[in-house]
Amino acid sequence: MAAPMKPQSLSCVSWSKYLFYFASEHLDFRLAELEAISQATKSEVRFDEESYDVKNPFLVVESPSIECIHRILSRSVLLRSIHQLLAQGTSTEELHENVRKMPKDLLDPYSKPDQTFAMRVETFNKKIPQKVKIEKIKALPLAELGFKGTVDLKNPDNEFHLFEYYGWDCNNAPDEPYHSYFGRKIGEGQRDRIQEYHLQKRHFIGNTSMDAGLSFIMSNLAQVTQNSLVLDPFVGTGSLLVSAAHYGGYVMGTEIDYLVLHAKGKPSRSKQKVRAIDESIHANLKQYGLESHYIDVIVADSSKQNMWRDQSYFDAIITDPPYGIREPAKKIRAATEDYIITDDMKDCHYPQKEQYELTDIFIDLLNFAAKYLQLYGRLVYWFPVIRAQYSESNIPQHPCFKLIANCEQPLSMKVARRLITMEKIHPYKDDTAEARIDIDHFQGSFRQKYFHKEKEIPNKTNPS
Amino acid sequence: MKLLTHNMLTSNIIKGVKNGYPLKIAATKVEEREVDYNPEFITRLLPKLDWSAVHKGAVDLNKAEGVPESMMDDYESNEDFLKTAHNILLQVEIIEGNLECPETGRKFPITNGIPNMLLNEDEVSEK
Repeated sequence: MAAPMKPQSLSCVSWSKYLFYFASEHLDFRLAELEAISQATKSEVRFDEESYDVKNPFLVVESPSIECIHRILSRSVLLRSIHQLLAQGTSTEELHENVRKMPKDLLDPYSKPDQTFAMRVETFNKKIPQKVKIEKIKALPLAELGFKGTVDLKNPDNEFHLFEYYGWDCNNAPDEPYHSYFGRKIGEGQRDRIQEYHLQKRHFIGNTSMDAGLSFIMSNLAQVTQNSLVLDPFVGTGSLLVSAAHYGGYVMGTEIDYLVLHAKGKPSRSKQKVRAIDESIHANLKQYGLESHYIDVIVADSSKQNMWRDQSYFDAIITDPPYGIREPAKKIRAATEDYIITDDMKDCHYPQKEQYELTDIFIDLLNFAAKYLQLYGRLVYWFPVIRAQYSESNIPQHPCFKLIANCEQPLSMKVARRLITMEKIHPYKDDTAEARIDIDHFQGSFRQKYFHKEKEIPNKTNPS
Repeated sequence: MKLLTHNMLTSNIIKGVKNGYPLKIAATKVEEREVDYNPEFITRLLPKLDWSAVHKGAVDLNKAEGVPESMMDDYESNEDFLKTAHNILLQVEIIEGNLECPETGRKFPITNGIPNMLLNEDEVSEK
C-alpha cells in the first residue's frame, strides 16, 4: 500500500492533524473510498484504525501536506469537508483547555485585520437552539488568539467550526457531547457533484441506472484517473461511464440488449411516452461536456470473451451485472442440432437468449478481467446477496486478483448488494487457473430467493 | 464506431473461426468528429494496439493518406505521428456499414455508430 494508514511515524516530515467530516450515508464505503483515493492520488494520510468508529462522522487524520488534503477533497463524494484540527476534547472543559494550549501564532495567517471570518457550531445527532450555539462560541477561550479580522457570516475568508458529537442514538442523546472538535475549514468534498449529475436531470436513463453518488464511489474505488481506459461490460444506459469520464477516464461499454443501446425500448420516466431520438450514452457524456472521453459502446454478449483480441487494454472494469430482478440476465443460447436457421431467416432473426446464471456471470467477469485488465488495474462490481445466507466464501476468487474492499449497501432487511473491489496483482498466463466460488450463493436462482417469502410464524400468544 | 474499437474486436466468437482478425470494414457512412487532442492518452494507448490493423482499417475507409503502414519507433516524441494517430483512432467515426469476418465473410452491422457483434444460436462457439 502506498498510503500508510498506521499511526506510528517513521519519517521526519511533520504531520499535521486534520478533521475529516463524513456524510452520513454509505457508511461501509467510507474507509474504502478514502484508501483508494489516497493511493490513486498519492496523498499520504494515516489515522488510528483501532479508534475508528463507523457511527462517528468525525475522524482525526494526519497528513504531511495540505496538497494531499486538497487532492482527497477533489475526489471524495463521501467526505463533507476537511478542517485543520485546532483542538479537541472529550468534554467541554478539555476542549477549552486545549484551545488555550494552542500555539499563539497558529492562527496568525488566518486572523489578519483585512480578513473576515465566521464561527459556526455544528452538532451531530442533537438539535441545539441558535441562542445556545452563540453561548458556546462565546465560551470558547479565543480572546488570547487575537482575531483582528471582522465577522462575515455569508462569505468569510476563514471559517471556524465547533463540532459536537452526541453519539448515534438520537433518542438518548446526552446533555454534554461525547467529543468536541474545533477546526478551521480547508474545503469541501464532492457532495455537490451528486446533485449536478443527478439522474433526474440525466438525458438517457433506464430502470437500473446507478445513482450518481454510488457511480462516483465506484470510479473512486476503481482508481479511475486521467487517461484511464475504462470498460463496463453490462453498460445499460452508461451511468457508470459518466462518473468514470468525469474523473478523466476514456470509456467503453458492451450491452447484449440492442434496444437499450439504441434507446428503442420503453422509456423509464413515468411521464415520458416515447424515447427521444437523441437518447444515447454518447448524449449523456455530451450533457456534461465529456464527449471527448467517449470511445464506443458495442452490442455484444459479454459471456463471449473471444470477441476481444488478446491484450490487457483496460485500466479499470466497473460494472453492475444484471441480477435478474429488474433487468433479465441473458446470453445467446448455443443451438441444438434440431434448430437450424435458414438463410432467409437471417435478415430479420433475433437470436434466442437463455438465462445467464448469476454465478456464471461473476465467474466469466473475473476470467475476463484477469485477461483484459492491466496489471494493478481494478475490477469493481456489485454482488447481490440475501443477507441471512451471505458469507465471505460466496465472493468469487481468481489467482490473478486480490480482494481490496467488500462494502455492503443494505437494500432491505433481507437483501443487500455488496460492492466488490479487486486488484489484478499477478499477470495472466496461459496456464493461470480459472475463477472459482467456494460456496455458490445463487444456487436455485437469486430471483427465486429474492421473491421467496419467509413463512410467517403464527403468533401463539394471540388469542384465536 | 472508432478504429480504436475496431482494433480490439475479432470474430473468433464464430464457431470454427481461428483468425478472425482484423475485421474488414465496409462502410457506407463515415464522419469525422472533433475530439480533444490528448497526446498522453494516445501515447499510453499505442503500445496496446496492432498498428497494421489500424492501417488496414484506414485503407478500408479511404482514410489511409498520411497513415504510415507501421508504427513509428519514436512515436512518443513524434508529434505529427501522434496527431495522425489521434485523428484516425478517435476522430474518424463509422456511422453505418458492416464489419466482416475475414475467414467466413459473416457481416456484423454497424447502425448509428454502434456495432452489433451478436451471433445467431447456430453460429456461437463455446467461448
